[in-house]
Amino acid sequence: MSRLQVVSGKGGTGKTTVAAALALALATEGKRTLLVEVEGRQGIAQLFETEALPYEERKIAVAPGGGEVFALAIDAERALLDYLQMFYKLGGAGRALRKLGAIDFATTIAPGVRDVLLTGKACEAVRRRERDGRPVYDHVVMDAPPTGRITRFLNVNDEVAGLARIGPIHNQAQAVMKVLKSPETAVHLVTLLEEMPVQETADGVAELRAAGLPVGRVVVNMVRPHVLDAAAVRAASGGHREAIARALASAGVPGGAALVEPLLDEAAEHARRVELERDQRAVLDGLGLPAYELPYLGDGADIAGLYRLAKELRRQGVGAA
Amino acid sequence: MTEKTPGPAKAGGLDAAPFLDVDPLLDDRGTRIIVCCGSGGVGKTTTAAALGVRAAERGRRVVVLTIDPARRLAQSMGIDALDNTPRKVDGIKGSDGGELHAMMLDMKRTFDEIVEAHAEPARARAILENPFYQSLSAGFAGTQEYMAMEKLGQLRARDEWDLIVVDTPPSRSALDFLDAPKRLGSFLDGKFIKLLMAPAKVGGRAGMKFLNVGMSMMSGTLGKLLGGQFLGDVQTFVAAMDTMFGGFRTRADATYRLLQAPGTAFLVVAAPERDALREAAYFVERLATEGMPLAGLVLNRVHGSGAGRLSAERARAAAENLDEGRMVDHGPGKTGGRGVPATSSEPSHSATAAASPARPPAAPEAAPTADATEEHSGTAGPETGPEAGTASENDPDIARLTAGLLRLHAERMRVLAREQHTRDRFTALHPEVPVTEVAALPGDVHDLAGLRAIGERLSSPRGRS
Repeated sequence: MSRLQVVSGKGGTGKTTVAAALALALATEGKRTLLVEVEGRQGIAQLFETEALPYEERKIAVAPGGGEVFALAIDAERALLDYLQMFYKLGGAGRALRKLGAIDFATTIAPGVRDVLLTGKACEAVRRRERDGRPVYDHVVMDAPPTGRITRFLNVNDEVAGLARIGPIHNQAQAVMKVLKSPETAVHLVTLLEEMPVQETADGVAELRAAGLPVGRVVVNMVRPHVLDAAAVRAASGGHREAIARALASAGVPGGAALVEPLLDEAAEHARRVELERDQRAVLDGLGLPAYELPYLGDGADIAGLYRLAKELRRQGVGAA
Repeated sequence: MTEKTPGPAKAGGLDAAPFLDVDPLLDDRGTRIIVCCGSGGVGKTTTAAALGVRAAERGRRVVVLTIDPARRLAQSMGIDALDNTPRKVDGIKGSDGGELHAMMLDMKRTFDEIVEAHAEPARARAILENPFYQSLSAGFAGTQEYMAMEKLGQLRARDEWDLIVVDTPPSRSALDFLDAPKRLGSFLDGKFIKLLMAPAKVGGRAGMKFLNVGMSMMSGTLGKLLGGQFLGDVQTFVAAMDTMFGGFRTRADATYRLLQAPGTAFLVVAAPERDALREAAYFVERLATEGMPLAGLVLNRVHGSGAGRLSAERARAAAENLDEGRMVDHGPGKTGGRGVPATSSEPSHSATAAASPARPPAAPEAAPTADATEEHSGTAGPETGPEAGTASENDPDIARLTAGLLRLHAERMRVLAREQHTRDRFTALHPEVPVTEVAALPGDVHDLAGLRAIGERLSSPRGRS
């Protein structure tokens, strides 16, 4: 599996949860993964129910079989100062730059610098090695910006390399691009079986492909079981109300007769959703990408749910050689 | 999507929250701007569009400013062209002379227009051709947020509409757009920009020698870091924009004040999920800090049930009873019982939920049984009578179907309970915030009728239409 796993998705599809579950799944059996957050939302800390993450790599979970998940919330400003320190031994001048507003300028206003720093830091973690040459992290999982912005975000280095045509930023941008466009990287898009997220996923895949970025998988999230389909509901509402009422009574539901109508309403809604989901599945199939499929967590995404999703991902082949 | 969905039957903590009635808000001619904000994927754009349709059909002259609408939603309002100009939406009903216009923000175009309007032609050309400007205007950090506010200011200044409904950009944080004008403003006022604009001027002054050394070191460092040519581009750009900066700053401040004015109403949009409501709570607090008027919370995609008095546990137990009755194959005395089932619970759930990357079973098994039941009930129905313990034995298909209905209901009740819990948390934190709920729709909105239906739900208590 690719060393850098980038997880994107439309807002509300649960991309942070999926990224965290993927990091857990990849860490099983003694592996070490780094889960990286780039949007400053502290979503990872909330998910793992820990305090806000500082700008430092910190162990946040242990995976079955002794693996470890580290997490890092990348802060663009700190990353820039680190970077300046590393290359220029700036010392106090870094503070002076900040005072002048230059750091602010570079990380919030100057086109692309922020994204260069964020992607650059993630790529640095991918490339980092122990003294004996082994990679420090087996995998780096990035909770990336949403689908609508992902191509631009990952491709920013191309743009910056064009803007700054010489100098260290140019070189850094090109080095990052090399990692991002290689098979070492896979960009996954999380979606729900709903029209808008599926449409955005299709658009996102087209954009990523056009930019030459490696598309990984579609992750269909929050899949709910199909209990009844439209045919069953039609059958149920077609003159069987009394029989259903009797069945309810026989099963020990008091006042069953009054419940038949609302239960059938719920079933009809369910059946419609099943049909809509089938259509959306067909659209996703048309993308010709492999998929992971994750169940809907009825009780919300807490830590237990996270481990459940990780197990599910393992079952579907994550982490297998 | 126009079908009737039963509202939540369970009375819960939310009843303590006042109901947000959007109609008086839309009807009040004093309401000039409605801002819909919230985290991504909660239906902000749809809510903005639905409010626009409703306001227009109630006689307002409305323009909806959308930032990044899904294609089909844009088409539902007839704006598939991204040309940065409000277009009239056809098909608005209502006899009060209301009109709906809609537009999609094109940030680059908006930025270009500002440059063209505020700089003389030669200078404008220099700016537009500057590579730094081209990247900045195409949408890097904060540009979208800033341009959305800029456009809002423009629309308000034109005074052609008596109500502007704005959808906010899909920011990494819902709060970003509030900060954008300030951030740009403080940057423009900062020392750094002065340094970039006129290093020679500052350095030339007497008594500034120390600063001068610092400056040239900065310039040198930046030059090394960015490449001399990039820094040159930035300096050219900044110099070219010099005359416009004052205008930027003034307008950013004016828009900010506009958002604090009494004619503005913020609607925080959320779905009944933990993250979305947490973001909503932050937003409520932030608006209070900024002195910006919050009208209330729009809670989208709320689930309800007409059979709320049947709990998830009872429904599941009943489904298991029916399963047992079927499995023991006509064994007497079993079906009516409510004992602990021998089999593990929810077999069908875990089985389907665990379906691998392959598509889950299409569940056609119920289809053939339909015909079978048809025959059965035709003859058996009247004779068997309502005695407990007979129906499921005589008709395993009906039993299976009923068990399915019960399981579905159990699942629904679980969702309801979770939604209720997250809403209660929000209400406990912010009991003063009025709330309106919009029932979940099975599909997406594609046309005006769909937007109208959402508007109905927005304006009726507990999301019923």
